[in-house]
Amino acid sequence: MPNTTQPQPLAIDVRGIRRVYNVKPKPVVALDGVDLEVEPGEFFGLLGPNGAGKTTLIKILTTLLLPSAGTARIFGFDVERQTKQIRRIMNMVAGGEQSGYGILTVREQLWMFSQFYGLPSKEGWQRVDELVDAVGLDEQRLQRVSTLSTGQRQKMNFARGLLNDPWIFFLDEPTLGLDVSAARSVRELVLAWKAAVPGRTVLLTTHYMAEADELCDRIAIVDHGRILALGSPAELKRRVQRESVFRLELDKLDGGTGALRRLPGVLSAAAAAADQTSGEARQTVVVNLTLAEDAALGGVVGALGGLGSHIVALRKSEPSLEDVFVELVGRGFDEAETETDEPRSDATPGAGDPTHDSGEREEEEVGV
Amino acid sequence: MSTPYVFRPTTSPQEAANWSPRQILATDLRAVRGRAYPRVTGMFREKSWVFFEILLPFLATSAFVFVYRALQAPPEYIGFVVLGGAMTAFWLNVIWMMAQQLWWEKSQGNLELYFAAPMNIMSVLFGMAVGGFVMSSTRAVTVLLIATTLYGVSFAIDQWFLLIAVFGLTLVALYGLGMVLASLFLMWGREAWHLTQLLIEPVYFVSGMSFPVGRLGVVGSLAISILPLAVGLDAMRQLAFADAAYPLGTPGPQVEALILVAMTAFFLLAARWTLRVLENRARREGRLSVRWQ
Repeated sequence: MPNTTQPQPLAIDVRGIRRVYNVKPKPVVALDGVDLEVEPGEFFGLLGPNGAGKTTLIKILTTLLLPSAGTARIFGFDVERQTKQIRRIMNMVAGGEQSGYGILTVREQLWMFSQFYGLPSKEGWQRVDELVDAVGLDEQRLQRVSTLSTGQRQKMNFARGLLNDPWIFFLDEPTLGLDVSAARSVRELVLAWKAAVPGRTVLLTTHYMAEADELCDRIAIVDHGRILALGSPAELKRRVQRESVFRLELDKLDGGTGALRRLPGVLSAAAAAADQTSGEARQTVVVNLTLAEDAALGGVVGALGGLGSHIVALRKSEPSLEDVFVELVGRGFDEAETETDEPRSDATPGAGDPTHDSGEREEEEVGV
Repeated sequence: MSTPYVFRPTTSPQEAANWSPRQILATDLRAVRGRAYPRVTGMFREKSWVFFEILLPFLATSAFVFVYRALQAPPEYIGFVVLGGAMTAFWLNVIWMMAQQLWWEKSQGNLELYFAAPMNIMSVLFGMAVGGFVMSSTRAVTVLLIATTLYGVSFAIDQWFLLIAVFGLTLVALYGLGMVLASLFLMWGREAWHLTQLLIEPVYFVSGMSFPVGRLGVVGSLAISILPLAVGLDAMRQLAFADAAYPLGTPGPQVEALILVAMTAFFLLAARWTLRVLENRARREGRLSVRWQ
C-alpha cells in the first residue's frame, strides 16, 4: 500500500524536455519542450501518430535515452543520474517485441529475465509459473519461444514486464499487430495488474484511439514533439463539442428537413441513410440534427408533433478522440502518419511487419 | 504469499528502489547465471554443433598432423597442433559469440531490455562468457581426447598447477578481449561482421595455432605481447610438452603467465570502460541500444 503519511512525488514529472537526433541531412527534433505531470496511480496515455515523439519520451523515461534539454523524474528519481533506482521500480513492454532467445521455452525465457531482476532461482521459477498462468500461456509453458504466435508472444512479453512487480509500467504500442481477442486480453491483463495495488502507474503510448479512450484516466495528444492537448477523454471530447449533434429516427417527415432547419436553435438538419435493421423492414426517416445547444431540442420535438411525425429513436452523437485529433492537428490520424517525415526516431518499424518478424525468427536460433 | 499481480509488496517506490549492497551483488551474480543459461541449454538442444564444431575442426587439425608426419617433424609437433586445434574452439567462440553478440542483441531488441534492467551490464557479458566457456570447453575437450587417442600424443607435464593456471588465465584474458570487442563491434555496427571474417585467419596465424609462435620471430614476440591466445597457447605447449625443444628467445612459461595476468587485468578493465562509454554514447546518441536506430 502506498505511504499515506508523506506526500509521494509525482510518478512522472517532465519539465521542458527536448530531444534532438543529429541525423543527416538535418537534425530531427523529436521532442520540443514537453511538460508533463502524471500522478501515482494514473493510467496515462500518449496518443499520436508515428513520429509524434511518443516513443522518444518513453525511451527517456525508461533511462535509455538522454534528453537534449530539460529534466524528467520518475517517482522523484532523475532519469539522467538515478538510473539504477528507476530501473528497479519500472518495466516496459513494446508492441512487436521479439526479445529473448527462440531456443528457450516460454518458462525458461521468463526465468532468464527474472535473473536480471535479481530473483533467487527457485523464487524465479515460482514467479514465472504464476505469471504464465495469469497471462493464459499455461499450455505454451514448455513450448519454444520461436514457435509462439504474435499474440502468445506478446502475452509472454507482458509476463516478462511484470516479473519484478514494477511500480510504473511503460507500454509502447502494446497491442500493435494483435488480433481483437489478443488485444482485449492484453488490456484486461494490464487493468487487473494495475488494480491490484494502489499507486501503480501506467504510461501507454498508442495510436489506437479506442484503446486510449477505454484505458486511460488522462490522455496527452502529441504531434511533432509537442503536447497539443491534455485531459481526460471526456474533457478532450468536450473541447470539440461546441454544438449538440443528434440523430433522430422518425416514422415520417412530411415536407422534408426544410421545416426543421427553420426552427430556432437548429443549425443544420440533413436526411441520412436509415440503419439496416434486421427482421422486418421499417419505413423510417433518419435526420442528423445539429443544434446550437441541447435546449433547442425541446422546440424540435414540439414542432415534430405539430407536423404529425413521431420519434422512433433519438441518439445524441458524442465526438470521438479522432475528432479531437482532427480539430487539434488539422488533419486525420492516418494522414498524419503518412505525412510524417521523421526518420524512424519514434516509430517502431519492424513491429508487426511480417518480413521483419520472420527474419528475426531465423536469427533467434543462432544467437544465444 | 504472492499472487500474479502482487509479488513483493513494498510500501512505496522509494522503498522498492532502495537496494542493499548485498541485493545489488546478488542481482549481478544471478544475471550472470541467467545470461549463461541460454548458451548452456542451447548446446544440448541444437546438436548440429557436434558436426560443425567438433568434426570440422578435428579434420583441420588432422590435416596438419598428416603434414607434420609426412615431413617427419619431431613427434611433439603433433601434440602442438592437437593442443592448438582444441584451443581453436575458444577463439571461435570469442569472435563469433562474444564479439558479435551485443550487435546481435541490439538487432533482436534484447539490448535495450538489458540496459533497462537493474543489473550491471557487465553481468551480461560475464554471463555470455561463462556460457561460451561451457560450450567451448566441451568442444575443446572432445577434440583433444579424440585427437590424442587417435594420433598417440604423449604429454610430458612437470608443472600441473602452472598448466591449469595458465589455461584459466588464457581463457579469462581471451574472454576479456571478447568483452572489449563486443562493445567495439556494437559501435562499428554491420562492419563488425566483415571485421570478424577478417580477423579469424590472421589470428590463427599469429597465435601459432599449428606451430610454436616463436618460429615467427619478431611477429611472434609481438603476438605474444598482444594476443592472449598466442601467449597462452605458447605457455601451455611449453608446460604440456616440457621435453620439447623451443625456438631460441621464447619466453619461459612463468614469464608468459605473468603476461597473461597483466592481459587479464587490462582486458577486464578495458571491457568495463568500453561498456561504460558505450552505454553513455547509447543514451546520448540514441542509436546503439535501441533496435531501430
